[in-house]
Amino acid sequence: MSDYNPNIPPKKRPFSLQLDPAKFEPATDEEKAQQEVMRESTTFFRDGMRKLFHNPLAVGSMIVLLVILVTIVIAPLIVPYSYSGMITVDGKRDKSAKNLPPFTYSKLEQQAIDNGETVFPHIFGTDELCRDYFIRVIYGARVSLSVGFFASLIVLIIGLLYGSIAGYAGGRTDLIMMRIVDIIYSLPDTLMVILLSVVLDQLLGQSLQNTALASIGPNMLSMFAVFGLLYWVGMARLVRGQILSIKNNEYVLAAQAMGAKPGRIIRRHILPNCMSVIIISTALQIPSAIFTESFLSFIGLGVQAPMPSLGSLANSARQALQAYPYKMIFPAVGICLIVLSFNLLGDGLRDAFDPKLRK
Amino acid sequence: MSGQKHLLDVRGLKEYFPVKSGMLNKMLLKAVDDVSFTIDEGETLGLVGESGCGKTTVGRTLLYLYKPTAGEVYFDGQLVTEKNIGDFRKDMQIVFQDPYSSLNPRMTVADIIGEPLDIHKLYSSKKERADRIAELLTLVGLNSEHANRYAHEFSGGQRQRIGIARALAVNPRFIVCDEPVSALDVSIQAQIINTFEDLQQKLGIAYLFIAHDLLVVQHMSRRIAVMYLGRIVEIGPAGDIIGSPVHPYTESLISAIPMPDPETARHKHRIILEGDVPSPLRMPKGCPFRTRCRYATKECEESRPELKEIAPDRFVACHNR
Ligand SMILES: Nc1ncnc2c1ncn2[C@@H]1O[C@H](COP(=O)(O)OP(=O)(O)OP(=O)(O)O)[C@@H](O)[C@H]1O
Ligand code: SF4
Ligand SMILES: [Mg+2]
Repeated sequence: MSDYNPNIPPKKRPFSLQLDPAKFEPATDEEKAQQEVMRESTTFFRDGMRKLFHNPLAVGSMIVLLVILVTIVIAPLIVPYSYSGMITVDGKRDKSAKNLPPFTYSKLEQQAIDNGETVFPHIFGTDELCRDYFIRVIYGARVSLSVGFFASLIVLIIGLLYGSIAGYAGGRTDLIMMRIVDIIYSLPDTLMVILLSVVLDQLLGQSLQNTALASIGPNMLSMFAVFGLLYWVGMARLVRGQILSIKNNEYVLAAQAMGAKPGRIIRRHILPNCMSVIIISTALQIPSAIFTESFLSFIGLGVQAPMPSLGSLANSARQALQAYPYKMIFPAVGICLIVLSFNLLGDGLRDAFDPKLRK
Repeated sequence: MSGQKHLLDVRGLKEYFPVKSGMLNKMLLKAVDDVSFTIDEGETLGLVGESGCGKTTVGRTLLYLYKPTAGEVYFDGQLVTEKNIGDFRKDMQIVFQDPYSSLNPRMTVADIIGEPLDIHKLYSSKKERADRIAELLTLVGLNSEHANRYAHEFSGGQRQRIGIARALAVNPRFIVCDEPVSALDVSIQAQIINTFEDLQQKLGIAYLFIAHDLLVVQHMSRRIAVMYLGRIVEIGPAGDIIGSPVHPYTESLISAIPMPDPETARHKHRIILEGDVPSPLRMPKGCPFRTRCRYATKECEESRPELKEIAPDRFVACHNR
């Protein structure tokens, strides 16, 4: 034992279960120094963004959404057709432009081209009322996306207010408020959505005539009302749960022990710690709202004709599915792309910002 | 107790939590039941007892982080109430048991330590604030360059130091240390305990030092109070409590201290407690310890023993001692 040298690892005995010391090599000074350096200081936000941009699915869906967004903003400025009117050639309504396949021209248009005029191509063809189908899909996507955003916004506002009141107040107030939530939660939501939109549609339809809101259409408004009445409960539960769990953290007690007033505790300690979860869940709410809207439009309770939405386009395409299958494909692919991208983006946000998943 | 003025005087403190049992029944959980003690300027009182006996609740209730069910707290001779507690927040502080949940993950170290300074407006310029934060970090043995990092970038021991710096920021005269080392490695424990002792010597702060490790408490404190199921069963000078425990519960706690020297350990008789800890919801009649006590007699079943002074400054709650 006297000739023990710490720099030469001892030999492993043949039947020993110990790790073979020869397989290890001593750390170099450089490596040792590396251990001591602390991890680069980053803010929570920057760290989250870095993670988000390293997630290929999230980046891919962001790109897809960006492309869709740019298209639906710019396309109506470039394409010279309207979503509601028949195609016209030299001021005349073109009755021959019915159910054209993509990138084809009607007889009148063909004549105009032969005369040396330029006619903008029908990228997705035309529908049975001689309207350009591309612009209708674009407008449909616009409607679907805005329904998604506004519905989520309504859900966020109602849920945030209701949930934070229940969470802060606690006790009996909390008990009563949460029982109401439980009741709404237990209603079969598809059925309620259908019933509510039928009833609201008629109520709103009469009272809205000749007001500014009429242009949005009673169907669209009743859809927002449905979201406002039914879907906030999930958000309210989430917010309340967050606030309850954060309220009991020791750092909140520490702030109280310092003499911090409730306003300061809410602003500095509670809100910053539940914001990321709330934003993530709002992002995930968007695709579900879009999906519900498409579904309602598909069964004829959604937006009012001639205003298209992806769901109502798919519905009308269904009637002539065998003759013109491409008419179903465009809106269907649109819905899928939008819903999938938002879901993937929401997942990416959660992975990047949820404090519980942080490493 | 004596006529002299104490820094902190807690009298008959009670904290009952309403807990649900079954659908509609509400019961009271007597987490702290009639606890009284005093702490002098610059002194440390150790508070020991097994998990769940109400140590944390004592510390939090006397700071009015929980509203006391009954009892009075006097600080520097003045009665502390729910209304005027704001005036005492600068003098009484707390260091928490869990260094992970006691620091807000969204704030930098500078903001965490600076928050009490902000609340009490203890600076006149940004520079003064930054200087004070750097000073506090150095005081607890951290590098002042760490001020702009987030709490999650630190180890448990470093976080506990941040928690200490935050408590020190307002220059308190009294700190509740709620098991400040129990979540840490043994080697780090020693460092943190030394930090507490250094600070006491430098700044003359009084501590209520909560722990369940008797050796740590003995090292830190002049006096020790032993709690069992929400009550103090024995309180007295640290040396006497460790050297000659009187209450049967204290006796068993002390017999369970691991001995560093194997020779003494071999001759030591270890008292193993039998019986179950009664639920704090269904406290037995009479002495709360009688279900596990070797000396229990008929009297113990009938009446609850009160704290009696058996020697100067030494109180025990037991019928048969
Ligand atoms: N906010 C609360 N509501 C209801 N019961 C509580 C609450 N806080 C503590 N208790 C109960 O009070 C009793 C005492 O708890 P406390 O946290 O004071 O114990 P402790 O002595 O600090 O234990 P430990 O050594 O594990 O920290 C326990 O039975 C606990 O379940
Ligand atoms: S009063 Fe009786 S039961 Fe209680 S500790 Fe003393 S001897 Fe034991
Ligand atoms: Mg505790």
